[in-house]
Amino acid sequence: MSDDAPKAAQRMAAPASSLASLAADLASGAVRVIDLSQTLSPRFPQIVLPPEFGQCWPFRIEEISRYDERGAAWYWNNFSCGEHTGTHFDAPIHWVSGRDLPRNATDTLPVEHLIGPACVIDCSREAARDPDFLLTAEHIRRFEAEHGRIPPRAWVLMRTDWSKRTDPAAYQNYDATGQHTPGPALDAVRFLIEERDVIGFGTESIGTDAGQGYHLKPPYPCHYYMHGAGRYGLQCLANLDLLPPQGAIIFCAPLKIENGSGSPIRALALVPHGGSNHG
Amino acid sequence: MIRPLSRPRRKNPLLRTRQPLLPPGGRSRAALGLTAAAALGRFELQACAECNAVQYPPREVCHRCLSGTLRWRPQSGLGELLSETLVQASHDPYFRERLPWRLGLVRLDVGPTLVVHLHGGCAPAPSRVRVGARLDKSGQGVLLAFPLEEVPNMADDPELHEMTCDPRFRKALVTDSRTPLGQAMVRALIDAGADLVWAAHAEPWKQAPGFADLLALPQVAPVPLDVTESRSVKEAAAEIGGKVDILINTAEVHRAHGIASRSGIESARAEMDVNYFGLLRLAQEFGPVMRARGADGVASATAWVNILSIYALANFPPHGTFSASKAAALSLSQCLRAEMRPGGIRVINAFPGPIDDEWNQTLPPPKLAPAALAKAVIQALKDGIEDVYPGDVAEEWLARYRESPKTLERELSP
Repeated sequence: MSDDAPKAAQRMAAPASSLASLAADLASGAVRVIDLSQTLSPRFPQIVLPPEFGQCWPFRIEEISRYDERGAAWYWNNFSCGEHTGTHFDAPIHWVSGRDLPRNATDTLPVEHLIGPACVIDCSREAARDPDFLLTAEHIRRFEAEHGRIPPRAWVLMRTDWSKRTDPAAYQNYDATGQHTPGPALDAVRFLIEERDVIGFGTESIGTDAGQGYHLKPPYPCHYYMHGAGRYGLQCLANLDLLPPQGAIIFCAPLKIENGSGSPIRALALVPHGGSNHG
Repeated sequence: MIRPLSRPRRKNPLLRTRQPLLPPGGRSRAALGLTAAAALGRFELQACAECNAVQYPPREVCHRCLSGTLRWRPQSGLGELLSETLVQASHDPYFRERLPWRLGLVRLDVGPTLVVHLHGGCAPAPSRVRVGARLDKSGQGVLLAFPLEEVPNMADDPELHEMTCDPRFRKALVTDSRTPLGQAMVRALIDAGADLVWAAHAEPWKQAPGFADLLALPQVAPVPLDVTESRSVKEAAAEIGGKVDILINTAEVHRAHGIASRSGIESARAEMDVNYFGLLRLAQEFGPVMRARGADGVASATAWVNILSIYALANFPPHGTFSASKAAALSLSQCLRAEMRPGGIRVINAFPGPIDDEWNQTLPPPKLAPAALAKAVIQALKDGIEDVYPGDVAEEWLARYRESPKTLERELSP
């Protein structure tokens, strides 16, 4: 142990006590851990672009060996996927508007951004009625009137219950005019960035933008403005119905891919026991 | 009088499935010329370039003038049936199970006298017949004498049926049934009398025009299958592999890129993943079970069809990465053919020129209609040929390729 150790311990004293109480709460169940991730499976749908564009790989897995002639005592696989496959994280460099920002990639972004408070806006009824539902700034103000103001540097997650669509065709929800999934309207995106200083925005569907987001002005406003302002995106989240409107803390660290635009993640949330007051 | 093929009864699950046997497959190098022609559906014999004598059996030199300059030449096959023999006993295990077997002695108009398999429609000797070449279960060229005129139930003759892959009463899998070609293939199989066609489809969220109508046909059953995913292929093979008599691999990715026209390797990799690795995955999962059912009655497993491309023979640089993936698939199909041969399963490769589909949109005609390609595949199954070059473009390029591969390479890359 170095000579500096006692001093370091002294400096850590205050946070250590809150971590100790967190550890106790986790052990007692007073704080629960919620899995916000979809299972990485070949059957989980991936984003689809027009066929002439480059495509994001779906999740694929091949056995290396399974206690057999390829490896007698061990089972393991190789898997492949895109940076934007399954439940995943979008870094600012993902979009052209964020291409020149400092620390904009998965390996350089500040890690303290990857753990933070989350506000969950329940749009499940609206999304059930209208798959093209757009969350507006007005909806967000109504949320705040009921549940309190969104704190600075918080994640805002849009609950739509889209993750409960286990049929891949229903989850993708394509017709001849493209994909129909809910997302934020332009004014909501600008409100969250400019007036609430959020750290990022998350959804349950494929894409932080609505399925028809290409037809908004500008196209894909959430990608354009969030990443242009150095903010992040989370997609294909699950179990948002188990989170309270305010009070959860989420962990959403991407893999440390050199100059990566994003990464599949195992997103987790800490919630106070009985903290969910949705539904 | 040929007894029409009747729909086989349901298989008795208490009885052992008969194991495949093959007729004698050894051939001299010279004799393989007959096989090479039969694989294309042609009957060719050696003709001497010096004295024009036509000879059979194939030899290294001309039987008349001893010249070594022999050319394989197409033959009309017309001749006289001199005599016939109905074989009632044989020591060969393959023929023992298929007795009685009709053999004939035919003197061709061009000279040689041949021992041939004799189609049941041929009138008793002496009579006029037409000799044709077919591939037998061991994949070797053999000679079969046909009547000059079509007779009823011509295709149902037991000797001929052994050498063909007739879809009638059989069950087929089309590995991508959403595309125009896949849909045409499913319909063509039904028209050819297939009992059941599994219409495989990947990525269920992608709607394909016409696919819903296809599934409404009573002979069609959908099956989820994504050839880029090993477990999906394994599951489909586990579910239906033991019943697939004919597998038609229509799964394909086609992008119109050369090397310089597209940066990166992603579209080329997608082509390889479907066109090459997709075939490998299918072959590993469906191959063994089909091979084991090669002698499972009149509706046994019988054929595996790959839709390749004429570009597998020589690269078409505007579609250069696609060409390369098809060349890889061609090579693998030759491995598959060797591995399927013990089961008597024929591996058929189709080499179409440009198909009239969206990825050839900017190419000028002539382009092959998907329905025409499907029809050519059905005909190849009925004729039992191995390599099919459907349409004028493919036939012309094959001719050039056979004359000089280098010439075709330069013509495709001006």
